[in-house]
Amino acid sequence: MRPTNIQEPEYFHKVVDCQHACPAHTPVPEYIRLIAAERYAEAYMINWESNVFPGILGRTCDRPCEPACRRGRVEEKPVAICRLKRVAADNKGDVKQYMPKGPFKPNGKKIALIGGGPASLTVARDLAPLGYEIHLYDEWYKGGGMMRTQIPSFRLPEEVLDEEVGYVIGLGIHTHFKHRVESMKEEILAKGYDAVFVGTGAPKGRDLKLPGREEAGKNVHIGVEFLANVAFEHIHKIGKKVIVLGGGNTAMDCCRTSRRIGGEDVKVIVRSPFKDMKASPWEIEDAQAEDIPILNNMPPKEYVIKDGKLAGMIFGKVRAEYDENGKRKLIPTGEPDEFVEADDVIIAIGQDNYFPWIERDLGIEFGKWDMPVLHKTTYQSTNPKVFFGGDAAFGPANIITAAAHGHQAAVSIHLFLQGKDVLADRPAPKTNLLRQKMGIHEWMYDNDVAPDKRYKVAHTDKRKALKNRKVEVELGFTTEEAFKEAERCLNCDVQTVFNTSRCIECDACVDICPTSCITFTTNGDEADLRTRLSAPALNTSQDLYVSDLLPATKRVMVKDEDVCLHCGLCAERCPTAAWDMQKYLYSVTKAGAVL
Amino acid sequence: MTYIKPIFRHPLLPKNKVGFTKKDYEGAISTLCAGCGHDSISAAIIQACFEMSVEPHKLAKISGIGCSSKTPTYFLGNSHGFNSVHGRMPSVTTGANMANRDLIYLGVSGDGDTASIGMGQFVHAVRRNVNMVYIVMNNGCYGLTKGQDSATADFGSISKASKTPSPFQGIDLVGLAMEMGATFVARSFSGDKSQLVPLIKAGMSHPGFAFIDCISPCVTFNNNKGSTKSYSYVRAHNEATSLLDFVPEEKEITMEYEEGASKEVVLHDGSVLLLKKLAPEWDPSDRLSAFSKVQEAKASGEILTGLLYIDLESKELHDLFGTTDTPLNTLREKELCPGSEALEVINAGRR
Ligand SMILES: Cc1cc2nc3c(=O)[nH]c(=O)nc-3n(C[C@H](O)[C@H](O)[C@H](O)COP(=O)(O)OP(=O)(O)OC[C@H]3O[C@@H](n4cnc5c(N)ncnc54)[C@H](O)[C@@H]3O)c2cc1C
Ligand SMILES: Cc1ncc(C[n+]2csc(CCOP(=O)(O)OP(=O)(O)O)c2C)c(N)n1
Ligand code: SF4
Ligand code: SF4
Ligand code: SF4
Ligand SMILES: [Mg+2]
Repeated sequence: MRPTNIQEPEYFHKVVDCQHACPAHTPVPEYIRLIAAERYAEAYMINWESNVFPGILGRTCDRPCEPACRRGRVEEKPVAICRLKRVAADNKGDVKQYMPKGPFKPNGKKIALIGGGPASLTVARDLAPLGYEIHLYDEWYKGGGMMRTQIPSFRLPEEVLDEEVGYVIGLGIHTHFKHRVESMKEEILAKGYDAVFVGTGAPKGRDLKLPGREEAGKNVHIGVEFLANVAFEHIHKIGKKVIVLGGGNTAMDCCRTSRRIGGEDVKVIVRSPFKDMKASPWEIEDAQAEDIPILNNMPPKEYVIKDGKLAGMIFGKVRAEYDENGKRKLIPTGEPDEFVEADDVIIAIGQDNYFPWIERDLGIEFGKWDMPVLHKTTYQSTNPKVFFGGDAAFGPANIITAAAHGHQAAVSIHLFLQGKDVLADRPAPKTNLLRQKMGIHEWMYDNDVAPDKRYKVAHTDKRKALKNRKVEVELGFTTEEAFKEAERCLNCDVQTVFNTSRCIECDACVDICPTSCITFTTNGDEADLRTRLSAPALNTSQDLYVSDLLPATKRVMVKDEDVCLHCGLCAERCPTAAWDMQKYLYSVTKAGAVL
Repeated sequence: MTYIKPIFRHPLLPKNKVGFTKKDYEGAISTLCAGCGHDSISAAIIQACFEMSVEPHKLAKISGIGCSSKTPTYFLGNSHGFNSVHGRMPSVTTGANMANRDLIYLGVSGDGDTASIGMGQFVHAVRRNVNMVYIVMNNGCYGLTKGQDSATADFGSISKASKTPSPFQGIDLVGLAMEMGATFVARSFSGDKSQLVPLIKAGMSHPGFAFIDCISPCVTFNNNKGSTKSYSYVRAHNEATSLLDFVPEEKEITMEYEEGASKEVVLHDGSVLLLKKLAPEWDPSDRLSAFSKVQEAKASGEILTGLLYIDLESKELHDLFGTTDTPLNTLREKELCPGSEALEVINAGRR
């Protein structure tokens, strides 16, 4: 293999698994260390810079970082990254003093943001301090988008949402709430905005047209509409017996909401097997903990109407078969259909984008599935003035993805309005390697590896929680628990940096490494090298760090990054400091500096 | 300073025949200087015991005094251990071995511990062919007492402490062991585990005294320019007799070797040591050819490593004494005092 080029910003970035997996590339270990040091405000601000909604995300994030977390590869469970973020938000104190303060010197340019969800709010946060005049349109009476209309208060209290949406709006954003944009041409483009960002999400919930649907009428609800109606207090009650159709997170929110507004016998019914359900495992767990059974392999067949009223639904019985490509087929088992009683049915089987309000003669090209044609990096549409982001860009995802899109779209808009090339002139990420050595055997980071298992977050007593949909279920870590959980983090950003010319090949690092990461051997191609290392190196998604030829023996140092504990023992045992522990800071360049 | 090694290991660490991973053969974290050759030898011992599927409670590690003699703390944390007196490891091991012949004995010593204060003990253990592996972690100095030249420091070698070339001839422990009739003689280098690990394994399979003189640089006091026991000097002057592969009894020999250039040494327990010979006209089972090879290398200033000599007819001390197969420490009064009738028979035989 060629010697690894550690100057390439993505090499060490990949080693910080959590940060790499985070769509916004939040510097996770950096803020976890600050939490351990009880420096909550700084931990919060690092998050705020990266993802704009630390308090919201600390409760609701889809956490793509956690399955990626290295800790999960050396023991059972990853670090509770998401819940630690909430600790920073819960204990931060007054952080307004660290945020940019308006009024900002106007730069003379006007931008429209359509939709008030996390994507638009991120664009607003990044561009307002640069002097743009920003106009935000949303059909509802407050900002937040689906974070407000969809995510139930028992998962995300309104105060938390208001606070963090407020930080952005408070930067001097001109809001146009209760304004549903019906025509891009007349309401937006005609007003002469210099750039437009479309962050309208994927607002349309899918219906399920089966026999009886029309007669069932008002007792059949579309999940996203139902949740919005509950959030805005248009719905206060639901029948005792409720069927929720669908296996995603929306279904989980619908069933748990139903349990709080009158549903006593609430069932989730999914046509596919349990293991194929799209909902996050923790959301499924929380639903089950609220006595909501999940019935699988039951495709709905018809709504049953009795005396002109919905009485329940009929379901078939299937089993799943997978072909060699993993493609699934649901095959009827031949068992008789099953009737399940219900007063109400909630359909939570997916959402779609909705762009009839964008005229098709504006140079904004639409492609497959009636989705806008966009550049994957710049989020620019075929009309160079118009950018998309969040669920509106590539279909439904999550808040952190919306924020990540927002940052990139903001960069594009800023470049575009300065007359620069939105692709070629994009700034590289900022990186920095900082030596951690303090003394012969002392490091600036806590290199001990705590053996603790993942800590659980306490929940509100179930009876109390089910009585009021506004009572938050998760209580969050106490600061003591947070410290212990933070100590589980392996500091994957503290990199092992190897200096070939210093190495005397004493093997001390090989001998001490607890997880057998290091090997000195003759060079070969990657597939070959992987078979000759100190321990099996089967995880090919993790890189091998290969040195130059060592002068004395013409071998190379090969380090499998996979399960490195970042304990620093190689560097402690190295007599010549050929290994050094250096903290790698990688930060996605934003349109304007926040911190 | 990190005093505790993290508890986590590679999740795919293989298990050996007795169900252990390498972790089960580790000891406490080392307190030796970073980069000390001794730590690499400890790692080789761990590797060899893991690969040999040694049950940790069936092994005793015994040492004298010195940095080298401290190492048993850093390996085989689940085995028996005796950190004895300076130079007295051979007699303590001999005694233990006499009492319980069922354990594997691993003696760890230094060049000071063996070639100076323990010299008298060493030669007698060799001569008696005590069934043990005897490893000298040879750094040419007294590391623990701050690096004074030891008796194995070569003539003219300069250490950090002495600063002047050694005026004495160094004692060649390999030559001495052969002279004293050792039945297994090897030399190795802490920086070459691919050679050291099979040697330790073969030594454990050998019935009798298995001597391994392992050059082990002292990074702190004897890794300087002018030293003949530094990493760079040993690498530059290392001449291996052969490439080694240890094949345990139950494994099939799969490696192919050229005719003539290779030799299979079938050990007492049926395991095979495959030698891919690099030195022609040398036969490790022939004492004379081994002797002359060692002398030749010495004269040309090379450090000859690998298996140097093995006596395939070796009879260890218990065989020589004809002691009972049952370890003496498990014999009961009934067996030890068979009664006056048996005494009568013995006495009658003496008349
Ligand atoms: C039930 C449910 C639960 C969810 N839970 C989570 C969760 O726990 N964690 C997570 O990360 N994600 C969750 N999501 C997904 C997440 O809410 C979205 O991915 C995210 O909000 C998308 O952000 P956005 O900025 O693209 O748009 P949105 O948040 O959808 O905001 C778009 C806004 O634009 C408005 N709008 C649309 N069209 C117009 C128009 N023409 N004129 C004016 N306004 C318009 C919409 O009403 C909405 O307010 C959930 C989604 C649902 C449906
Ligand atoms: C009876 C006695 N004499 C002298 C000493 C002092 N002493 C301790 S270690 C040592 C030499 C150790 O040298 P070596 O065996 O080569 O071990 P190294 O530290 O080099 O590994 C000496 C002389 C002692 N501990 N006991
Ligand atoms: S252990 Fe810490 S730094 Fe490493 S991936 Fe997990 S959270 Fe990130
Ligand atoms: S401990 Fe240092 S000098 Fe020794 S082999 Fe490792 S990197 Fe090289
Ligand atoms: S003094 Fe020398 S022999 Fe002793 S631990 Fe340090 S390097 Fe090793
Ligand atoms: Mg010594």
